[in-house]
Amino acid sequence: MKNKPIKSINKIITYILLTVFAIISLLPLYWVFSTSLQLSSYQSQDMERPVSYVNANPPKMYPMGIPLYFEHWSEAREAAKAGDIELETYHRDMMSYIIEDTFSSFVNLFTKQDVGKWFFNSIYIAVIVTFGILLFDSMAGYVLAKKKFPGRNLIFWVIISTMMIPGQVTLVPLFFMVGKLELMNTHWALILPDLAMVFGVFLMRQFMYSIPDELLEAARMDGASEWKTYWTVVLPLAKPGLAALGIFTFMSVWNSFLWPIIVLNNEALYTLPVGLKTLQDANLASFKLLMSGAAITAIPMIIVFILFQRHFVKGLTIGGVKE
Amino acid sequence: MTQVKLDPVQEVNMNENRLQGTKNAKKSHKKPNTVWRDMKKNYSAYLFLLPKLILFVLFVAFPVVWAIVLSFQKYRFNGSIFIGLDNYIAVFNSEAFSIALKNTLLFTVVTVPFSVISALVISVMIFGLGKISQSFFRSAFYLPSVTSMVIIAMVWRWMYNYDFGLFNYFLSWFGVEPINWLGQSATALWALIIMSCLIPFGTGIIMYLASMGSISQSLYEAARIDGANSLKQFFHITIPLLKPTTLYLVLLSTIGSFQVFTQIIMMTGGGPGSSTETLVHLIYKTGFRDFEYGLASAQAVVLFVIILIFSIIQFRVLRHDE
Repeated sequence: MKNKPIKSINKIITYILLTVFAIISLLPLYWVFSTSLQLSSYQSQDMERPVSYVNANPPKMYPMGIPLYFEHWSEAREAAKAGDIELETYHRDMMSYIIEDTFSSFVNLFTKQDVGKWFFNSIYIAVIVTFGILLFDSMAGYVLAKKKFPGRNLIFWVIISTMMIPGQVTLVPLFFMVGKLELMNTHWALILPDLAMVFGVFLMRQFMYSIPDELLEAARMDGASEWKTYWTVVLPLAKPGLAALGIFTFMSVWNSFLWPIIVLNNEALYTLPVGLKTLQDANLASFKLLMSGAAITAIPMIIVFILFQRHFVKGLTIGGVKE
Repeated sequence: MTQVKLDPVQEVNMNENRLQGTKNAKKSHKKPNTVWRDMKKNYSAYLFLLPKLILFVLFVAFPVVWAIVLSFQKYRFNGSIFIGLDNYIAVFNSEAFSIALKNTLLFTVVTVPFSVISALVISVMIFGLGKISQSFFRSAFYLPSVTSMVIIAMVWRWMYNYDFGLFNYFLSWFGVEPINWLGQSATALWALIIMSCLIPFGTGIIMYLASMGSISQSLYEAARIDGANSLKQFFHITIPLLKPTTLYLVLLSTIGSFQVFTQIIMMTGGGPGSSTETLVHLIYKTGFRDFEYGLASAQAVVLFVIILIFSIIQFRVLRHDE
């Protein structure tokens, strides 16, 4: 009985601490969006210099568009009462100014920069790699888990042991190869090395173990070919694993950075992260513009995360801890 | 008909292969080579492996071997020449490398324990909550992990801004004078370390939560009956049983932090001076700015060996004292 109040106090403290930690962890992302939608500046008649809202000290903690509207609302009403202006005009002018200024950097990015193109490049490269990985890795994982053939263990261990090797080791040789194959400044230079990532083989093999042998046996008894067995029996059973692998592949391709900045020099071919770097190099202090670019890059992954949360958890915990 | 030795599994398979088996069996009668026959029988397995294997050989295995060869060469436009261990000697004699190594080690030694321990603490706190709050907080802490490090680095560069950054503003609440975080060599590396510590280790939290879920409740009940308080339960049940997860997470984050790069190129470019130079940024600069391909490969091989040594040590230490 005496324990109860202590327990609930503990619980409250836990909640408070977690909330504080969560705010700290989400603050940078919030700041990306807040800055991207911040008013760049505002000049009213009675001011000498325009007020900057992005570069403000103390910083404005949220986009100032709507607050600005209300800040000047009472003045406008006074003026309207005195017959100087029409309230409707105030509303129309102010709203159009606020909306235009709030989204100005997004408009700028899509009209004056190649962001639209970069966005498309990022999407289609990530989609191609994801589907390629899903197909090839599930095929490889399936036979490595379920078939007995000479060299199986050797192949598996050779593939797995390279997971330990950091990607930087192969940077220079890959750069030479891409040059020799005349793929420099093409998207193949990104797609082909990404398709060779080995993590999925490991993940798929772990996952395929749990498929009961009897089902495969039954398919074979029915006279199904190996391919048909794989396509109609194995793949449907592996769906949760495929979903997890697909999401992680998409995420890592979408966010990949070091290799793309080495092989892409042509602005029209950039992916979003590479584009962001050039954007920053050219506009070091235009934080509204930079944060808008960052927001455009972040939004797709945030949506993917919200839609497929379950699979993220699953993907991280397959084969990771238990083995 | 079957003169060659077969294990039971293969014997069963033989029955299904009888149609084509006659021909094979005759051949193997003359030359009993089980391996070759197994390979033939399982040709479809090799076909399934083929696409991945080709990609793997071309874009992973071959480049790894090539990188090692390159590390013994000096790159020349009209054909590289072998120079033995000169690149490695250069790596170990260069001041740039030892500075980069020192910075990377400091970064790793601070951020890895901090990330793993804070992930553990946060997970324990989340684990005690109800289902809905649990999944809410789990998502909140994992969300930053799905966004590209490029974005995180950009926004932190903005937050570290001397005049208008959030960081100096928050510090001003506590009476701290504005600090030029990224602009001076005394604070730049620490700014990057603080940033890494404040980005939640989302993978760690999710994995810890999953492992905690698999610990049997009866252990805790038994401990309670023996009169162990929750702190004791945590240190004597939770931590020991989470050890495999901890080992995995320490390895994972060590490997990651040895490869720290994106923050560097996006926020400091290794500077001011070489105060934030790290190994991977140095490799990038050596290879793709100075075009010293052989030297860059040697640096990368050394990085790999360092990571390997660290992994082995961690594996030994965390495995041993059960």
